[in-house]
Amino acid sequence: MTPAIAVSGLVKTFGPTRALDGLDLIVDTGEVHGFLGPNGSGKTTTIRVLLGLIRADAGEVELLGRDPWRDAVDLHRRLAYVPGDVSLWPKLSGGEVIDLFGRLRGDLDQRRRDELIERFELDPTKKSRTYSKGNRQKVGLVAALASNAELLILDEPTSGLDPLMESVFQDCITEIKGEGRKVLLSSHILAEVEALCDRVTIIRAGRTQQSGTLAELRHLTRTSITAETNRPAGELADLGGVHGFEIDGARVQFDVDNDQLAAVVSRLAEFELRSLVSHPPTLEELFLRHYGDELARERALTRGDRNDQV
Amino acid sequence: MSHATVDLTGTSVLARFIVRRDRIRIVVWIGSIAALVAVTAASVKGLYPTQADLDLAAAASKGNAAAIAFSGPAQGLNTVGGQVAFQAGASGLVVVALMSLLMIGQLTRGEEEAGRLELLRSLPVGSAAPTVAASMIVLTMNAVVGALVAGTLLVEGLPVAGSIAFGASFALLGLVFACVALVAAQISENTRVVYGIAGAVLGASFVLRAVGDIGDGTVSWLSPIGWVQKTRPFAGERWWPFLPTIAAAAGLLVVAEVLAARRDLGSGLVPPQPGSRTASPALGRPLGLAVRLQRGSVIGWGAGVLLTAVAYGSIANSIDDFVRNNKTLADMFASGGASLTESYLATSMRILALVGAGFVIQSTLRIRGEEIQLHAEPVLATPVSRQRWAMSHLLVAAGGSVVLLAIAGLAVGISYGLVGGGVAVVPGLLGDALVYIPAMWLMVGLTFALIGLVPRGVVAAWAVLAFCFIIGLLGGMLGLPRWLMDLSPFEQVPQLPAAHFSVLPLLVLLVVALGLGVTGMAGLRRRDIG
Repeated sequence: MTPAIAVSGLVKTFGPTRALDGLDLIVDTGEVHGFLGPNGSGKTTTIRVLLGLIRADAGEVELLGRDPWRDAVDLHRRLAYVPGDVSLWPKLSGGEVIDLFGRLRGDLDQRRRDELIERFELDPTKKSRTYSKGNRQKVGLVAALASNAELLILDEPTSGLDPLMESVFQDCITEIKGEGRKVLLSSHILAEVEALCDRVTIIRAGRTQQSGTLAELRHLTRTSITAETNRPAGELADLGGVHGFEIDGARVQFDVDNDQLAAVVSRLAEFELRSLVSHPPTLEELFLRHYGDELARERALTRGDRNDQV
Repeated sequence: MSHATVDLTGTSVLARFIVRRDRIRIVVWIGSIAALVAVTAASVKGLYPTQADLDLAAAASKGNAAAIAFSGPAQGLNTVGGQVAFQAGASGLVVVALMSLLMIGQLTRGEEEAGRLELLRSLPVGSAAPTVAASMIVLTMNAVVGALVAGTLLVEGLPVAGSIAFGASFALLGLVFACVALVAAQISENTRVVYGIAGAVLGASFVLRAVGDIGDGTVSWLSPIGWVQKTRPFAGERWWPFLPTIAAAAGLLVVAEVLAARRDLGSGLVPPQPGSRTASPALGRPLGLAVRLQRGSVIGWGAGVLLTAVAYGSIANSIDDFVRNNKTLADMFASGGASLTESYLATSMRILALVGAGFVIQSTLRIRGEEIQLHAEPVLATPVSRQRWAMSHLLVAAGGSVVLLAIAGLAVGISYGLVGGGVAVVPGLLGDALVYIPAMWLMVGLTFALIGLVPRGVVAAWAVLAFCFIIGLLGGMLGLPRWLMDLSPFEQVPQLPAAHFSVLPLLVLLVVALGLGVTGMAGLRRRDIG
């Protein structure tokens, strides 16, 4: 089966700025795919290419097996989109906007619409001008989730939502996943990605850094270990694959590369192990490890954010 | 909150910030009002070089109800100063009132609605400081306008007392409407409604003084514009009518403060009205959306065109008397063979078409506006093609232009018919207006071509309109070369009823309009959105 989204070597420049620089992204059928990256790394630009709003300078882009630029109108019958900053016409009410998008898409499901409005506790009679950021986002979400589209493209859809609504959103996506529909979820809320996504793609500066299941990504990185031993285990610091070693009397704490994990733990046992706590890296740690140092360096070098280009 | 402690911390910093941020807007407002008065003074002197000319003009205006309704009471019209006060008075006063209410609305409620006031108030800034800073700026603007108006007239050599009275009229009327806007800004949380309330007060003031001035003047006392005109600049000044003006401003200020104390930041005294729970059937297609979004704009421009057209039509009958003895005015309406009234009506139609072209450009630019405000993105992410989306707004622009021209033709026709032309003139004048349809559509096409090809340079559409305005209004008087004047599409339209109808130029305009439209569409299909 063709993947829902297949992007390879995607390049997009805006004047002197190279917003996308050979990006790859594969979203398989029936999966919820997390799309991660720091601000200005090119997530929104990628999504705008996928929607056929802007044209790729180079690279292959296929959406549901077709060209998103040429076949935009046909493809849009099969997808629903939520922008990261839902901008609404001030004088229309939320209910009017939801109906409008449902009708433009041609699949307004009245029952589902009303149910979602209830679940998200949205007042559809308020004029858009008076909605808060979170409520505008709810309008965008209800409009997209009320559709039967086979592909959902969500660009930071929950920014501004409270934790209660965040969990309503997660329930909705879980249901959609159960129906075998596909979701591309760009997000900064890593807990959301961990809870929902089968696979993730992490990008930086317009390039794909890593792509895979969370388990695969974790495997490529390090495990955190906290242990207590009867004999001081200071000499572990010199072992290959050990990072950030700290010792405080009987207690040691360090990270270890996963491919060295077995060797290091068996060495640790030799110091008469009393207790051992290990945990795989959270997505957050993964993310920070990828970007922490490099970002600081890069921000010092290049000024300006791609975000204000769009 | 107690009234005794008005916290003004930060007022001067805020005031300087407003000047820095809005310096261009401030200068343009003040400059254009001063220029209006200066140009009027210069043109009055040129038009009526002798006392005999002035006496004739005074006699022509005296019994002219339409002129009085749109300008003001006929006082001192046999003097240069009286003519300046008559011709620039009502319009200048309306502009200064608009300046004050728009500035106050934007600087107080506009900032509050945008959420910027909240940010300011989270800083060590006194609760009253933003409003006081805005009021100080607008007060100063009015004072400068008043001084410039008086100064200009003094430089022109007009009497001192009249010049000062006329300048003070501008400053104090502006002050009253600044205070009206301050009160309105407490009532609604929506800046546009604030403009609506204050604008309605201004409209009522204008109508009341028009009714009063046509009659015995009593009703004019109900209008702030009437008060300042009762000071009779250049016609035996009397100063005491400034007192109710100042008292009204002070009273409104107190009302605004009392209302402000009763509301929370970000809210108004009147809660916003809920909208519809579901969309009407029309709001399910791009065209339905475009109509809904631009409906208010069409109504607003329609009202403006209607008022202007009624004003033009209602004086068409007396134009012969008015112009016959005046060479300059006769040159302005000059047209070989046609009667002065026909030339005048043709010029009126051209001006109304140019005004309507303002709507056309604004309406077409909505396409670009929707794109910039990110409203287009989610629409284009549905199965709506770019062509269909753009076409929906183009249809509103093109259709709206026909509506405006029809309003112009009917309003000129009916008002001219009522003052003496007879009902039979109505169909003809309707046709004389509709003949501008191809020129209007060419402006749609031109604006859209810019949107498709040079989206960052769409403001050029306004420059083109300004060029057409200059050609249309002053081309003949400036003696511009024919080829330059021919560049304006409005010059290509047969100037009915003063010229003969011919179909060829209209066809050419339509073909060019279509070509521009196709070009714009090709550009829009090819380029990035956003």
